[in-house]
Amino acid sequence: MNVPDDLLYTETHEWIKREGENVRVGITDHAQSELTDVVYVELPKMDRQANAKEAVAVVESVKAASDIYAPVKGKVVEVNKALEADPGLINREPYGQGWIFVLKIDNADDLKQLKNAEAYRKQIG
Amino acid sequence: MTEAASRKTPLYDEHVRLGAKMVSFAGWVMPVQYTSIVQEHQAVRNNVGIFDISHMGQFIVDGAGAREWLNVMLTNNIDKLDVGMGQYTFLLNERGGIIDDLIVYRIGDQKFLLVVNAAHADEDFVWLEDHLPTVEAGASAAREVRLTNRSADFGGMAIQGPRIKELFHAVFGKDAQLPPRNMIADLPFDGARLRQGYGGQANVSVARTGYTGEDGVEVFFPATDAVRFWNAVLEKGKPFGIKPCGLGARDTLRLEMCYPLNGSDLSPDRNPIEAGLGFFVDLTKPNFIGRDTLLKTKEIGPREKLVPFRMKEKGPPPRPHYTVLQNGQRIGEVTSGTLSPSLNWGVGMAYVSATHAKIGAEIDIEIRGQKFPAIIEKKPLYKKSAS
Repeated sequence: MNVPDDLLYTETHEWIKREGENVRVGITDHAQSELTDVVYVELPKMDRQANAKEAVAVVESVKAASDIYAPVKGKVVEVNKALEADPGLINREPYGQGWIFVLKIDNADDLKQLKNAEAYRKQIG
Repeated sequence: MTEAASRKTPLYDEHVRLGAKMVSFAGWVMPVQYTSIVQEHQAVRNNVGIFDISHMGQFIVDGAGAREWLNVMLTNNIDKLDVGMGQYTFLLNERGGIIDDLIVYRIGDQKFLLVVNAAHADEDFVWLEDHLPTVEAGASAAREVRLTNRSADFGGMAIQGPRIKELFHAVFGKDAQLPPRNMIADLPFDGARLRQGYGGQANVSVARTGYTGEDGVEVFFPATDAVRFWNAVLEKGKPFGIKPCGLGARDTLRLEMCYPLNGSDLSPDRNPIEAGLGFFVDLTKPNFIGRDTLLKTKEIGPREKLVPFRMKEKGPPPRPHYTVLQNGQRIGEVTSGTLSPSLNWGVGMAYVSATHAKIGAEIDIEIRGQKFPAIIEKKPLYKKSAS
């Protein structure tokens, strides 16, 4: 499974990419493979405030619906509208066009709670 | 009650070798998908797919009293079966509730094969065993019934899809006879050594049945032949676009056809009439377990009915246990739901109160606190377009 070195990760299989004051969030290659074909994505509402580990989006595969969590506290400032028309982007490009939302983070120190690639690799075995 | 999900079918190693994603299902480790549920689903609708169904239970019932006894244990009329024919039927409890749905094949004058759901095989067997006729001293041999559980020694696979005829002849030879719909026949496979099979001579039993809505067969064989047969079919199926298919596609295919899944759409608290499957119950039979309840349900009408529905708009797919509403009032609950790969649309089945169970009725499905409009449909949810 692809686990890029330059990203951060959560135990719940989100990846996090730092972009200045914001973070871009999606689900990992491992997660998309476990979920199987993604057929529907419920995006977070723009401007909503979210606490760390709060469910903000839903990714649905043929088999089941799975919650996607905010990795840290912040405000939703961008959502990936392309997923509404093509949810399969999450399967095809989990780290690229399959990103889900962008969060303006409250406190950059919160990012220290997240896993690095090595720790996440260990988690998924 | 049941052991951990550790039972492996004789094809386990093949699934792993093919890169399947394995999951636990009914105490078995089974492939949920190899590449993609959607692709596997399409392979069955457009070409042909192969499923491991070795986890299903197989019982043999034989003896001079077998026919009469099975007619008391099962809802459909076994007297309609000539040798070589199969029928869909139910095993009910005393309250008319569904223990299991199954196919019974008459494989000899006094010999029957029952193919039951994996999740209920042990329970079914115990139920049947407990209801075997008691043999009193001096009882006539005419009542003799022998029940044997062959689930462990037999493997099975379903081969389903419009290209089944071509594939059948590629596997069994151009002169082999594909059994007609709902019929079962023993066929020699690839000059394999003769072995004691269901019919006593040949080593593969081929039934023209399935759970996908496509033409196809279900094949049963000794577990020791499973790998050889599986690989032979995959090899011969290459020119026809064959794909190994997992439980994920099996579920979406059956749901598009509105075939019920025991444990989701059927349960010991539901009877076949509520499930809309009264066709497979013969109430003219003088006696079978659950008959009294079914007669009463038929007379006063079921309180709830299982109905297929389709979402009106593109949106999140319905899922089991979602609430069904009409004009803001709760009228039922979803039992099966998914995004139909053939229709690329949310579909499902739900039990709703009988007064609301009308084709064309507008309903709402509550998904994460929000209402999404849907419409009650006729069976099946997917129809092959004339081509």
